[in-house]
Order: sequence, then C-alpha cells, then structure tokens
Amino acid sequence: MLNRTADNVARATPEPLAKKIRGISDKGLAWLFISPTILLLLAINIFPLFWAIYLSFTNYRANRPNEVVKNLGLANYQRILGDHDVWIAMQTTAHFVFWTILLQTVIGFTLAWLIDRKFRGHAFWTTIILVPMMLSPAVVGNFWRFLYEPQIGLFSYVISFVTGIPPTNVQMLSNVELAPWAIIIVDTWMWTPYVMLICLAGLRSIPEYIYEAAEVDRASNWRQFWSITLPMALPFIMLAVLFRGIENFKMFDMVNLLTGGGPGSTTEVASITLKRQAFESWRTGYSSAFAIILFVAVFGLANIYVKALNKVKQR
Amino acid sequence: MKSTLKLALGLASAIFASTAVSNVAHAEDLTLCWAAWDPANALVELSKDFTKETGIGMKFEFVPWTNYADRFLNELNSHGKLCDLIIGDSQWIGGAAENGHYVKLNDFFDKEKISMDDFVPATVVGYSEWPKNTPNYWALPAMGDVVGWTYRKDWFSRPELQKEFKEKYGWDLAAPTTFDQLKQIAEFFQKRQIDGKTVYGASIYTERGSEGITMGAMDVLYSFGFQYENPKKPYEMEGFVNSEKSVKGLEFYKALYDCCTPPGSSNAYMGEGVDAFKSGQVAMHMNFAFTWPGLQKDENVGGDKIGYFVNPKGPDGDQFAQLGGQGISVVSYSDKQESALKYIKWFANKDVQAKWWSLGGYSCLNSVVKDPKFPSSQPYAQAFLDSMAIVKDFWAEPSYAPLLQASQKRFHDYVVAGQGSAKDALDGLVKDWTQVFQDDGKM
Repeated sequence: MLNRTADNVARATPEPLAKKIRGISDKGLAWLFISPTILLLLAINIFPLFWAIYLSFTNYRANRPNEVVKNLGLANYQRILGDHDVWIAMQTTAHFVFWTILLQTVIGFTLAWLIDRKFRGHAFWTTIILVPMMLSPAVVGNFWRFLYEPQIGLFSYVISFVTGIPPTNVQMLSNVELAPWAIIIVDTWMWTPYVMLICLAGLRSIPEYIYEAAEVDRASNWRQFWSITLPMALPFIMLAVLFRGIENFKMFDMVNLLTGGGPGSTTEVASITLKRQAFESWRTGYSSAFAIILFVAVFGLANIYVKALNKVKQR
Repeated sequence: MKSTLKLALGLASAIFASTAVSNVAHAEDLTLCWAAWDPANALVELSKDFTKETGIGMKFEFVPWTNYADRFLNELNSHGKLCDLIIGDSQWIGGAAENGHYVKLNDFFDKEKISMDDFVPATVVGYSEWPKNTPNYWALPAMGDVVGWTYRKDWFSRPELQKEFKEKYGWDLAAPTTFDQLKQIAEFFQKRQIDGKTVYGASIYTERGSEGITMGAMDVLYSFGFQYENPKKPYEMEGFVNSEKSVKGLEFYKALYDCCTPPGSSNAYMGEGVDAFKSGQVAMHMNFAFTWPGLQKDENVGGDKIGYFVNPKGPDGDQFAQLGGQGISVVSYSDKQESALKYIKWFANKDVQAKWWSLGGYSCLNSVVKDPKFPSSQPYAQAFLDSMAIVKDFWAEPSYAPLLQASQKRFHDYVVAGQGSAKDALDGLVKDWTQVFQDDGKM
C-alpha cells in the first residue's frame, strides 16, 4: 500500500523537479535539513557576537543614530580595565558567586545524601524541597522583598523573635553589611534544590555492590563516605558547581529585583553595571567591550574547570 | 441544510464586513505614549472630547515610571512607530531634538497662532526648548510638575504636640519655611507614637535605579547653593557642583535620611512616598505635585488632614525646587503626523486646558494658572503656583542619561550606603560629568 502511494507520488512529480531531487546527495540532503537551524543560530547567536566585538572597538551609542561612529581601537578595553568601579563590581560578583556556590553545594549535597537514605515519605519531601526551583525568579524576588520588609516582613519578625532585635532594625535590603547576604540567602533558597537533584543523581549512580564489599571489609560509615560516596559523586558535584557558577556569574534578575544594586553600589554585580552602561547610559561600544571581557572570563574559567572535571572523571 | 449553510455564510460575511469597516474607521487612531500614573487617567478622560470633535480615536500606551525611560527611549532610538504622540520627560528634550525623534513645532505654532508666551515661562524652557533659552520648540508644555511637600495638618494642629514642640524648639509647629525647620519637625515626629502607632519624620526620595535620589537630593542642593556650571563659562563645573555650599546641602540630605525616614527607605521614589504618607507612617512627604490630587481625595489622610508647602529655603535664603513635568511632542517616525498635530492644536486650547486642570492634570497655560480663581480652586493650587515660580531642572543635554546615572551612583553611595564623604561624592560627580562632556566633544 505504502509502496503504491510512493510510486504514485513519484509518477506525479514533474520530470524536471524529479531529476533535481534525485541529483541531491545524502550529504546535500543533510545540509538542506540542518540549514534552517544553522541560519537561525547565525542570525541570533553568531552575528550578534561578531557585531558586539566590532562595536566594542567603537564609540557607538545606540541612542545617537545620527552620530559618526569612530574607531577607538582598544580604548574601551583600556578604560574598563582601569575603571575602579568595574573592579569593585567584579569583586562583588566574585563574593556572590563564591558564597552562593559554597552554601548551595554543602546544603544541596547534604540534602541529597539525606534523601538518598530513602526514609519514609522521602518522595514527598523531595517534591517539597524542589518547589523553590520551580518558581519564576521574578516571583521569588518580589515576595522575598516583602519578606525582608522591616516593618511588615515575616523574615524581620522571625529574626526579631530569635534575637530580640526590634524588627524595624533588621533592614536586610537597606543595610550595607546585610544586603549582599540577603541576596545570597534568596539565591541559596531557590537553587539549592537544583544542586541537590544533580547530587542525588550522582549518589544513585553508585553501585550497591561497592558498599556491600565495604561492609564485608568492615569499613565504617565514615570511611565509606570518604572513600566511596564522595569520590564517586564528585564529578556530579563538580558539574553542579559549574552550572551554578556560570549562572551566578551572570546573575541579574534577583539582584535587580531585590536591591537594584544598592544600597549605594554594595550589591552591584557585573551584570547590573553592564545593563546600566548599555541601556541606561547608552554607551553601546563601551558596554560591548565590557560584555566581551565578561564572556572571555566566563568562557576561560569554564574551560579550565571542564578540564579539571574530565581529570576527576578519568580517575 | 442549504439554508443553514447560507445563514452561516451570511453571518461570516457580515462579521468580516463589520471588522473591515471598523478597521477603516480606526485607521487614523492616534497612539499617545506616557507614564502610567494618575494624570494619564485624567488625559484619557479629557481626550474623549478630542475624539468627539474630530472623529479621531485615541489609543494610549502607558508604562510605569520605573520602565518609562527605558521603554520609550528604546522605542524612539529604534525609530519605532508605536507612538504618534509622546509626553516625554523634560530631560529627554535635548537628545530627542538632536537625534531627530521629535518634530520641530515652530512652523506649526506660527501657522496655528499658538504662542509660547501664553505658557508659564519655566515650563516653556523646561519642556519645549532646545537649545535652552532659544526659540526652538519641540513640544507643547503639557503637564506642569514640581517637587513639593505634603504634611499631616491634623497632627501639626494637635495642642499637646504643639506645646511639646514649642517647648523643645522654641517656635510654633507649622509648615516649615527653611530646611533647618524641616529637619527639626522630622526629628520631632521620628518614632513618635501617634494614635498607638509608631510614625516617622519624613519620606524622601532615595531610589537608585532610575532618577529618584537625584531628584530628591537636587531639590535640597539647589537651595543650598548648588550650581550645575559656571554661569559665565558653560560646562565648567569645578567649584560649582562641588562648592562648599553644595557639600553642606548633600550632608543635610544624608542627615535627613539617617535621622528621620521610615525603616527600609533605601530605595523609595514616588510610589513608595505615596504609600508611606497614605498609610499614616510619616509626618511629611516629599513628592511631585502630580500626587497631590490623589492624596487630597484620600479618605484617611486627605481632606482637612493634609497640608501642602513649597520646598523650604536654604541657609542663605535661596529657594528653588526640582522641576518635573513634561511636554507633548509629535514623534517624527509617525505616519499620522497631521492628526497628531491636530491633537496638539486641540490640547493648546484654553477651554481644554481649563478642563485638564479640573480633571487632575496640571495645566501650564497662563490663562488657567493666572486666573484669579486658580489659587482657591484646589487646596494645593497655591503651593503648586509658588513652587512653579522657583524651579530648576537637571541637565537636559543629549547625554542626560549618563549624567543622571553618575549622580544616581554618587548620591546613593554617599547618602544611603554611607560611603565616603559628601565632598568625595561631589568631586567624583565633577569627574564623571567632565568625562561625559569630554566624550561628547563639549569640553
């Protein structure tokens, strides 16, 4: 039946078109199929990247379409690398990335290890723990802003209840010392479940017979953890760190919603500085150079890290 | 079956035809872009008369203040056709004129006999002219606005509070006329229990993201002696922006923030200020005059409970206020410029402007604001008039955005985050602004 239909279609195809189609090789056909995707990628990924690289060497400003665009050579790069505020923003980013990753890895792995014990109701608790990760960052940012509110916020009242400090004195988003930690707490609350999931996958991939052999050798629980669990789950932990590191390096939404980079510039991470330069000050050339520097930094660090990850996996 | 089919076809044709007719009817609809705030609702109401008179429909694109500049500057920069008319912020005028976003209105004004002499001079300079103080008009003054203050008249008039205040400070508790008095009142009310509730001194602008803290700090700095540049040598800022008087002004603003604002006021602008006042948290409230009609009508804090006062005097008796407000312009990328100009002509009409004021908009037309009945037309009318007589505005240069971002950062770093001194902040500001003008080739 199918062959007959195919024959009918082949017969109905006009001879010149049929000749053309028959002339396409398998490789040609493959290119034909993937070319729309490649074109799309070129248009929305590759072209903007090269365009940004070009703009980074100019004084172009998107809000001055009539202005003559001058080539500045490396001036934008020199200005960024010599800008004290940029370095402060990079330090703020590094502080944020370090503490969020540390906390999320420690808490995430601990939760995964506990969930892996398969206690009664573990499936229910797994679902509950995963809820923050499923929420939109916009929603999370907004409701945490209310939770942190010193006059009506639940967080301030809990801290007040525990420490005895009046709630109006717990100004998480207004205080220079506390504001960075306010963001770290929210990011950790939201993304620890993600780290937990990856670690759980790692723990569940460890064959049971290895633990049985260790039991036979009378290895203690502690010994089993250090010699079996941790080394075998390490590639997964490292993968989680890589994903979270890249994500947090370019963190924007949560900071923007919670503090907008303030108080002052205390929580102004690199992405906020970049947005301000690009879309508020309209220094398109300058901000393109900044974006390229950030891209190279993340790309370079991620590459080094992936090499380390591969070494760990090969062990 | 056939008749059912016929009926269905008939209905479909009728729906198609009516849609087509309605599309034709709305082909000349104008879209007006503005911020989403109370006056915008008044304008929607007012514009119904324009549609009645001309048959031209009006559509509106209103964006919240926090995204207003981003959204519409992007639209203009990308030569978008969304807005036929735009009520753009006063500081955009330089960039919009130089980059060709707005239609120049001089010829149109001449043809339609619309004279800028008929409008409040400060609003013409602030909203319409570029370069400033030259007869080159890019907008019709549409919405006069200025930073002023509201206060809780009911609290101020309580005998026990008046007595305590007089004993403590030696003068009668009343709307302040100097910034020193304002701070004393704010300190007096800070963390005071009124009707079983803790209240605070004052709500002031501290917002970091857009323009909040600059509008608030400048509102104080002007009266302390701050100047943007040497009046005799444009763009010379050293000794003017960071003069001793300016430093004192910025120190005052920080002191006011530290002593007398409600907890968690580190990122407050117009909306947060209104919330603080409406919820009965503060005794005084700095905000643009556009908020006053809404507050006056408020059941809890409006009516007899609210009073208004002009920005107080500085230590040397200087008195200025930060200009707000906007002009209405025709977007040069619009395909409906003729209809848009018709709207401007209609809006400039005396009767329309009078109705604009009565609906809650702030008219800039002399015949409206100089009407003998105007000061008593609303409880806040006199404060508005007095404030509009002392306005100053931020840079309206094409590079206003980086200039504003620099002041936002410097002021917030010092006032809210407490980093460095007022002198450091203003010296840094001179450095940043110099860089911007050097990049523009103006220095």
